[in-house]
Amino acid sequence: MSLRSPLGRVLGLGSAKDGTAHWWAQRVSAIALIPLTLWFMFSLWALPALDYATVRAWLSFPLSGFLAVLLVAVSAYHSSLGTAEVIEDYVHSAGMKSLCLLSLQFVHVLVGGAGIFAIMRVAFGS
Amino acid sequence: MPARARPTSPHLGIYQWQIGNSLSILHRLTGLALSLGLPALCYWLVSLAGGEESYAQAAKLFASPVGLFGLVGWTFAFLYHLLNGVRHLFWDAGYGFERTPRRASGWFAVLGSIALTLCVWGLIWAGHRA
Repeated sequence: MSLRSPLGRVLGLGSAKDGTAHWWAQRVSAIALIPLTLWFMFSLWALPALDYATVRAWLSFPLSGFLAVLLVAVSAYHSSLGTAEVIEDYVHSAGMKSLCLLSLQFVHVLVGGAGIFAIMRVAFGS
Repeated sequence: MPARARPTSPHLGIYQWQIGNSLSILHRLTGLALSLGLPALCYWLVSLAGGEESYAQAAKLFASPVGLFGLVGWTFAFLYHLLNGVRHLFWDAGYGFERTPRRASGWFAVLGSIALTLCVWGLIWAGHRA
């Protein structure tokens, strides 16, 4: 028997059963994405051309590669949280909801992982 | 207990259309569009890692009419999601709930993102011609 009161057990847990964790993670990743996305846009815009050699030289520069990895990772995380919310709102059958959420998580890790691995290949020159 | 049809969220059918809920829906739609942009970005990065040939192929795809439509669309989706996202962050901090700032910031987000999209692609077009 638990000594915790019913109020203690339920505090901070809404119907989603994880309190504000999802909401908070979405805000934190959103704030991180403001500088990252703006850096990416301005960097591409500042390049003299977007041909193979120029872009590769830019991404091989350590700071660019590092920020690009962060951009892809945080974007994939933020997108995974956002699309999960859409599924939770509109897919009502429990089985289909789980299947959609699971597939979305796999797709996000696959796509984000592929992007990050590609940046590393450019950065480390292989 | 007999199963009854319970009300489900979000209650779109009976909602009166106005700037507040339209922009909220647009925020979600642009977010979904940007989620589709992530594989495109990663494809571009993978093509860059793959070498000159695969990069040329990706560049050709992005320069095609469908590719350009996607790039312009993603530019708008990004700028709107950014401006309206900042609006949400202000609300989260407890500011901007009054009727006037709420509507003004909404119009700022939607008109600002349209204007900035035109600026970005105007500059790209001007640079391309020069």
